[in-house]
Amino acid sequence: MDFVDFTKQMKRDYTIIAPDIFPTHMELIEAAFRLYGYKLVVARYEGKQVIDTGLKYLHNDMCYPAICTIGQQIYALTSGDYDPKKCALITFQTGGGCRASNYLMLLRKALKSMGMEYVPVISLSFGRFERYSGFKITLPMLLIAIRALILGDMLLLLKNQTLPYEINKGDTRRLVEKWINELTNQFAHKKGLTGPGMKKNLRAMAKDFHDIPREKKDKTKVGIVGEIYVKYSSFGNNGLEKLLLSQGCEYMVPGVLGFFQYCFANTAVDNKYYGASRLIKLAGRLALDIAGKWENGIDEALRPYPEFVPPVGFEEVRRLSARVIDPGVKMGEGWLLPGETAGLIEKGYTNVICAQPFGCLPNHIVGKGTIRKLREIYPDANIFPVDYDAGASRVNQENRIKLMLAIARERDAV
Amino acid sequence: MKRLGIDIGSTTLKCAVLDEKDKLVFSRYMRHFSRIDQHLSGMLDDIAERMPGEDMAVSMSGSAGMGLAEQVDIPFVQEVYAERVAVKRLNPETDCVIELGGEDAKILFLSGAFEMRMNGTCAGGTGAFIDQMASLMKIDASEMDALAAHSQKLYTIASRCGVFAKSDIQPLLNQGARKEDVSASIFRAVVNQTIAGLAQGRRIEGSVLYLGGPLTYLSGLRQAFDEVLGTEGLCPENSLYYVAMGAAGTGVGKAVSPKELSARLKSLKHTAAYTSCKRLFESQEEYEAFKKRHMEASKGIRETDAPTGEMYLGVDAGSTTVKAVLCDKDGNLLRPLYAPNNGNPVPIIKQYLSDIYDEFPDIFIGGAASTGYGEEIVKNAFRFDGGIVETVAHYTAARRFKPDVDFILDIGGQDIKCFQIRNGAIDSIYLNEACSSGCGSFLQTFAGAMRFTPEEFARLGLFAKHPVDLGSRCTVFMNSSVKQAQKDGAGVDDIAAGLSISVVKNALYKVIRCSSPDALGKNIVVQGGTFLNDSVLRAFEQETGRNVIRPAYAPIMGAYGAALYAMAHATPGRRSGVIDKKGLEAFTHNVTAITCKGCTNRCSLTVNDFGSGRRFIAGNRCDKPLGKGTYNDKRDLYAYKRQLLSSYMNSEPVRGRRVIGIPMGLNMYELLPFWHKLFDSLGFCVITSPFSTRELYVKGQYTIPSDTACYPAKLMHGHMEYLLDRQPDAIFYPDMSYNIDEGLGVNHFNCPVVAYYPQVLKLNMDRLKGTVFIDDFMSLYDRRQFTRRITQVLTKYFPDLKGAGIKAAVKAAYAEYDSYMEAVRKKGEEYLRWAEANQKPVIVLSGRPYHVDPEVNHGISDVICRLGAVVVTEDSLSRLVAPFRVDVRNQWTYHARLYAAAKYIAGLPPEKNVQLVQLVSFGCGVDAITTDEVRRILEGAGKIYTQIKIDEISNMGAVSIRLRSLLSAASEKLRAV
Repeated sequence: MDFVDFTKQMKRDYTIIAPDIFPTHMELIEAAFRLYGYKLVVARYEGKQVIDTGLKYLHNDMCYPAICTIGQQIYALTSGDYDPKKCALITFQTGGGCRASNYLMLLRKALKSMGMEYVPVISLSFGRFERYSGFKITLPMLLIAIRALILGDMLLLLKNQTLPYEINKGDTRRLVEKWINELTNQFAHKKGLTGPGMKKNLRAMAKDFHDIPREKKDKTKVGIVGEIYVKYSSFGNNGLEKLLLSQGCEYMVPGVLGFFQYCFANTAVDNKYYGASRLIKLAGRLALDIAGKWENGIDEALRPYPEFVPPVGFEEVRRLSARVIDPGVKMGEGWLLPGETAGLIEKGYTNVICAQPFGCLPNHIVGKGTIRKLREIYPDANIFPVDYDAGASRVNQENRIKLMLAIARERDAV
Repeated sequence: MKRLGIDIGSTTLKCAVLDEKDKLVFSRYMRHFSRIDQHLSGMLDDIAERMPGEDMAVSMSGSAGMGLAEQVDIPFVQEVYAERVAVKRLNPETDCVIELGGEDAKILFLSGAFEMRMNGTCAGGTGAFIDQMASLMKIDASEMDALAAHSQKLYTIASRCGVFAKSDIQPLLNQGARKEDVSASIFRAVVNQTIAGLAQGRRIEGSVLYLGGPLTYLSGLRQAFDEVLGTEGLCPENSLYYVAMGAAGTGVGKAVSPKELSARLKSLKHTAAYTSCKRLFESQEEYEAFKKRHMEASKGIRETDAPTGEMYLGVDAGSTTVKAVLCDKDGNLLRPLYAPNNGNPVPIIKQYLSDIYDEFPDIFIGGAASTGYGEEIVKNAFRFDGGIVETVAHYTAARRFKPDVDFILDIGGQDIKCFQIRNGAIDSIYLNEACSSGCGSFLQTFAGAMRFTPEEFARLGLFAKHPVDLGSRCTVFMNSSVKQAQKDGAGVDDIAAGLSISVVKNALYKVIRCSSPDALGKNIVVQGGTFLNDSVLRAFEQETGRNVIRPAYAPIMGAYGAALYAMAHATPGRRSGVIDKKGLEAFTHNVTAITCKGCTNRCSLTVNDFGSGRRFIAGNRCDKPLGKGTYNDKRDLYAYKRQLLSSYMNSEPVRGRRVIGIPMGLNMYELLPFWHKLFDSLGFCVITSPFSTRELYVKGQYTIPSDTACYPAKLMHGHMEYLLDRQPDAIFYPDMSYNIDEGLGVNHFNCPVVAYYPQVLKLNMDRLKGTVFIDDFMSLYDRRQFTRRITQVLTKYFPDLKGAGIKAAVKAAYAEYDSYMEAVRKKGEEYLRWAEANQKPVIVLSGRPYHVDPEVNHGISDVICRLGAVVVTEDSLSRLVAPFRVDVRNQWTYHARLYAAAKYIAGLPPEKNVQLVQLVSFGCGVDAITTDEVRRILEGAGKIYTQIKIDEISNMGAVSIRLRSLLSAASEKLRAV
């Protein structure tokens, strides 16, 4: 073995540090991991010192999400909050053709240059590139993690559609906190993650958010798509959601589950185009079926409340995407990105921000490369790519977004 | 009520007052030098005086107005939007607006589907850019405009960002190109940047409106746009005030009197909310001690007043400055010169020499040597005895001050050069890449923008209380960061200190990429003009945590090193061949620009004529125009690959056969033999686009959706246009997630851009809609699966094709590909053997197959051959190593070859002179991973790693310095063995 193993002993007393990739979801993921005996914590560090740490240990042309997330994990080790001798790091690896599949190695390289090569790094992936004696993702664990993500998606969706309209400031935030506590509590008692338990939670969440008094006011509707990290992380996108809120917008960000469904769906395309394993294709279809069922749970829970716009279903995203780009494009966010853009436009979120790291390779294709075609299909679409980078100034980003909003308002006024 | 629109741009401030009938009754335009509050309140007072006591509906716009509007409680109108409002009212017939501002560039498409574009993070080609370029030529923008009117020819200047363009322009100026031609070329670069960066697939046509400062003031720029767009655009009356008028015209303004608003501005309190760094000096005493310590460093070497014995002359003709010095046998200096080169070093050296001859008529010059960008021209013009590569010159000089020096950092006007010394030889060399300057001229530009001399600016920073933390990014980004900091209340002193710190951080973290100061070395010498700035020197010591040596003559160390070199190579008692007093009096210098017609490269040559039949030609990529002919020792695998590929390339359709077109770019550089054979076997006539040229690129640039993609990818648009012009029955360019599996890594992907660029073409090139474009997904790594897939695809487009025929064609195609690769490998091995037998150094010029394209590599392999080395490729060596483990995820076929080639070199015995040079296309994200890994593999085995970044630019000056340094370092290393 040419890497540091994560042993059974470590499972007992090591803290596993994860990057803060999906701010709303990570607390639930933390709790789900705890359920299986792993002490997972999320490195919720932000600010310039985190970026500087990333820049110091990574090639400066490396993608911005790498600089942010690896920066967070390394910063956590040096922050004094943890004993590095009792820590492991964890990262997600898709194994796809974009640079992101290298985060694991880059973390190890960074640790080496810090003289901390003894810190084990765990790769979390579908492909299981490496095996560790004390860490194993079992099927039930995977299912539970995905259910946690779905609950997170629901929470995100309800929050986004309530916050801009709340009459009593703070209602939404308090309710989000309440639900995170409620869910982590349930998880700790092994509840809430079974099929019926989840359904019950979804329904209760919808009801709770519905009960928040809201003003009847038309807001500029903005969709957010893009690279998976900067799309969700306010650290990565300079507080994009806060900016949109302050400008009187309501925004929708498609859920995390879609990305997983996209990965599952690609197994069938690989089979068609390259004759890849039929067994994996079957596994992919099975996973899609299950995810589809859970996805329906969200729709069902939202149905009684017309004020909530349900998310665009995955099959719909897939269908819409095929009008734009070939489903064989599977690196980075691949065909999912234009599919989600089209889905948002169809749901009335005609103003779409495509958040991407500066110089992101797949985004040359699926981001900026597809906008022209999307405008052709949807002449009213108001799509703006916004680049994020350690050096990009917030003023420029804000200015671009304000231009998009100026156009949006003019159209709304007509 | 009158309406007042205020437009605060990145560099200028504009006010417009409209009366009740939308008539412009007042307007004012000025540069704000980042002191916005002060200048705006002055302007408002002025308005209040002219129109006293009136409330106005005020609104604010402009990139710098955003935060301010909020602070003074005035509605903000996004500037592009405001502009559109004004255009709709004043010029309703307009189809398209082009507006250039200080740092912004915008295009508005008004007719048809309405779109607005503005430059994103990667800005260039704007007013500030033009100013910067003008100051490089020591003129102002209006002089540049006047000069451009008399241009005779255009040079290619990279237009992506100012830093790139600078590195194109500087060598041109150094080589003696006419300022008239350079000026016109700069305008053309701005036009190209605007079109490539902003039009993004939409043609600019119809009635075009030009707005903003640069387009208002510079007729040459308007003309350049007219020429490229093939239209005659209109620059309307009040073209500077459209944004301000539009903001006023939106009607969102808030009623307030200008006087009241001015008062609000004056009472604005800025809080220091920006992040700051450690102070440079806490006290005057600390500073004095620091100064004293550095004075000590230069003990033993002094400046003399007159020649003593034989003297040696050294000249360093750098990118922005010329340095010259004479020294005696003991290394004491006489008449050091440090002067801006004003774009041409020749007259400066002429003056220097004639002053020396006047002052010391009896001087005995025993040797003269030159170095730097202008090494050749100076050597030729004044008959110097020799020239040395800059890095060696700097090392030679540094050794005088610190014999055991093991790390040298030189920050000059344009360049950062760092190198490590191991075993008495230059080891790792780091030069700043074209995208990340941030050196001396950068500080100078900022000083100028804030109206200080560089010296004043340096002093300002010393005792700043809260230096701004600006990070380590490139110039373009730095501009906005500085502005942000100013907005947040940073004083000029804090900015001056912050910029000095950022220069150091740039060098340490971007250029050298060190994660700890220990990696640098123990005995550090810093030199170059920038280190005369005590703030920079202090910042460097603080950041690295160690004391360093700064020779008192830091800026002229290159020249000093050249003089020492001349001394070492002189024969005692013999006079140098350097031009004497009489020769100097007869000296003339004429420059003409011509285009070489020797081959298809069409190099832009500058011919320098020094009278009495002495000429120096610059700008050439090969020796042809020099009349030397080609030499027999040339072994260039790049040329060999092109020759092999040429046999598959054909641009003329054959009548009576179905014609299939293949664009010659990206992975086609390797797969052409395969596809050619496949289609040929099936009875098609295959036509291809030619090797890329600049013209081909320009032809396709209007459909590029993402201007930060790599140049090889962006070239594809031109290739497609070329093919479309020939109307083939179909164009074949499949999407390929996977590449050939050579078993070197854990997977065999293509990078996302190579894999899916056909999708980008399909989605963005309207012209493709009229053609059959076969861009289906397929992969070659599994022959059986490929046969299944290609049969499926081809019979879809050509139902008459039969399965059996396709199967046979596939078989033949694989055989053709194998034999092509085999030929390349065989030839590579043959070259290696030849090099060994003839004791020639070998450079493994490593990149991707498409780096063979002459427009992509800018003739770098030729340069290497001219330096006497043999060129082979990474793919000719990669099979010579067994698969091995790397520290990164080895999942891309092309990149796995890089690691393998590095591994092969790492395993060679030290006496073999085989070096790796990695070509990196700007914007290639994957290379952020590969470069560090290739470096690790090589340096782990004590080998030198060299990287060359390439883009649209062809800054062969810097490339040549790097390659010469490498070859001389390698041979010195060999001697040490």
